[in-house]
Amino acid sequence: MAEKKIADRALDITVIDPSVRKRQLINWRELWQYKDLFWFLIWRDIKTRYAQSVLGVGWAIIQPVFSMIVFTIVFGNLAKVDSEGVPYAIFSYTALVPWTYFSTSLTSASGSLISAKNMLTKVYFPRLVIPISPVLATLVDFGVSLLILIGMMFWFGIAPTISALLIPLFVLLMMLSAAGIGMWLTALAIQYRDIRYGLNFFVRLLMYGSPVIYATSTVPEKYHYYYALNPMVGVIEGFRAVLLHTRAVPWDFIGIGTGMAILFFITGALYFRKMENVFADVA
Amino acid sequence: MSDYSIRVENLSKRYRIGVEDTRDTLAEAIGHWVTSPIRNYRRLRQLTKFSGDENSAVEDIIWALKDVSFDIDQGEVVGIIGRNGAGKSTLLKILSRITHPTSGSVTLKGRVSSLLEVGTGFHPELTGRENIYLNGTILGMTKTEVDAKFEEIVEFSGVRKFIDTPVKFYSSGMGVRLAFSVAAHLEPEILLVDEVLAVGDAEFQNKCLGKMEDVARYGRTVLFVSHNMSAISRLCKRGIWMDDGRVAEDGPVDKVIQAYMFSGATETNPVVGFSPDHDADAQILGIECLDLLGTPSLVHLSQNPFSLKVHYRLNKELINYRLGINIYTPAGYEVLTRTNSDLDNSLWTDGPGDYSLQVDIPGQLIKPGQYLLTVFLGQPGIRQLDKKENVLSIRLDGKTYTGQGLIIYPLKWNKKRI
Repeated sequence: MAEKKIADRALDITVIDPSVRKRQLINWRELWQYKDLFWFLIWRDIKTRYAQSVLGVGWAIIQPVFSMIVFTIVFGNLAKVDSEGVPYAIFSYTALVPWTYFSTSLTSASGSLISAKNMLTKVYFPRLVIPISPVLATLVDFGVSLLILIGMMFWFGIAPTISALLIPLFVLLMMLSAAGIGMWLTALAIQYRDIRYGLNFFVRLLMYGSPVIYATSTVPEKYHYYYALNPMVGVIEGFRAVLLHTRAVPWDFIGIGTGMAILFFITGALYFRKMENVFADVA
Repeated sequence: MSDYSIRVENLSKRYRIGVEDTRDTLAEAIGHWVTSPIRNYRRLRQLTKFSGDENSAVEDIIWALKDVSFDIDQGEVVGIIGRNGAGKSTLLKILSRITHPTSGSVTLKGRVSSLLEVGTGFHPELTGRENIYLNGTILGMTKTEVDAKFEEIVEFSGVRKFIDTPVKFYSSGMGVRLAFSVAAHLEPEILLVDEVLAVGDAEFQNKCLGKMEDVARYGRTVLFVSHNMSAISRLCKRGIWMDDGRVAEDGPVDKVIQAYMFSGATETNPVVGFSPDHDADAQILGIECLDLLGTPSLVHLSQNPFSLKVHYRLNKELINYRLGINIYTPAGYEVLTRTNSDLDNSLWTDGPGDYSLQVDIPGQLIKPGQYLLTVFLGQPGIRQLDKKENVLSIRLDGKTYTGQGLIIYPLKWNKKRI
């Protein structure tokens, strides 16, 4: 029996050689074969993220909610930033939900390869699993903070428009951006530890480059196209447009943002593929 | 024959050490990049200059594997032996696709599982049950396969009672048992194993060896790296001895083990010396084998005692150290291991200086035959300072004894009529 089974499988031939270009950019078939591993890693991330903490998944709420409170006091009440006709609290929280997802994904993706170093040097699996699984695992936090947002909409009596059906599209764009930039950061971080140290700072700067605490209308019109190169601009404005109807759906921002996200994703995958050969050697 | 399972062709792996590898921060990389035109210019200029150090960069490169080729047939169980740093682990890492070769190629037929460590990916916060699934999928099983094997894995590990307890509350022995049980139930066509049997207690190790014999019996190809020669010769029919990144010998396992065991021995000279290394804290400088009259010799009568004289140097004060010897048969079977602290657990503490130590090995202890001697110096539980493996090949002559045992120490036989 065993003999026969082996003979059947004999077609499954693996060739290992040093050439990189012959390999396809993303080996979807292999990723599919390892889907169970993917699932267990995501599940491990979720399960162990808040292990041995009192508040558990409450931490997923605290971060955006407290940011919202501070922003509302500082920018909404003291600095009197224009919130396009909606209460500042929900104005900023709507942006904080996708933004917190984005920054958490980047931070955990950049650290993922280093913390998976042990696995990396001991066993083979498609390396892409490592930066991609935090992008998926963070969706749980995202979902929880989204529930709070829905609660707040009831509280403030804001009903979403029918275009709220576009939200899955924005979520996809948000994930694509996080995955693309995440691949870049992960591959860089394993060789250059600077990335980890600099990332928190960089993410904070990038927040000021995204319409989290202010409205895009305060950005001069002539800079809008450069501004939209940050894919999170389209995502955040999209969320506000369909949930708070502060404006029409900003297809120009979303279009440019999608282009950039795809660019990040493809170049990220290329760079990742180039670097994955040496991961085990430099880790 | 075309029915190979693993084909390795001209495989080489280069590692960069030293200068170039130190660019671990971006700032250094930028600095390197800024100054690189200068270095490139120097290098190019040296192309036309035939002075001594024309390729100083060569020193930064080590070849962990050099032009290695072999075929392994389907169903073969092959043991890979060699000293530390000989390239065994690098070879296994390339075969398991953890690292990439610099040149050459490998063709593998069938699904590969590698076991370079037990418990890869184990998470202390997860329960035993959850870790079985996680570890199983990391090792290449699907969830359905783990489902099917789950009961067997739990049974084999013997930790059923704690299967829903987080692994961080396990004793280290229990963790290892569980991890190995997962690994032992893999069913790939090709299994690569690196020295994982060095963990766990003797009983469990034996259970694992038995399990591996089963795996081999089902027509799977197994590549097994180990320093445990008796495990290798028990499991494998064929051996490959790696030395300095090359295949030194490839053939029937006993022949290869023998060749390896004898390779370190200076067969003709009973006195060996080693050049001093000032950076080492402590070092073995010389080993002599003396007969009962004090004359250096490698050949002794088995009924006569003989002695080993070890010269060693401490470059610093050394606390709680000991010296020891191992005697092996050419097949790698350990006949004895003794140290100066065996009897009373007393370790030595000495200041810097040269020391000489004599160990007497009584006659009528070891059966006539060929033996290999290893001398080691270390701080137990802390570090090994020096080890001269299989450094002398000693022959004990005498009448041949029948029977399997290696010890011929005379026993007392008292008979009484009652």
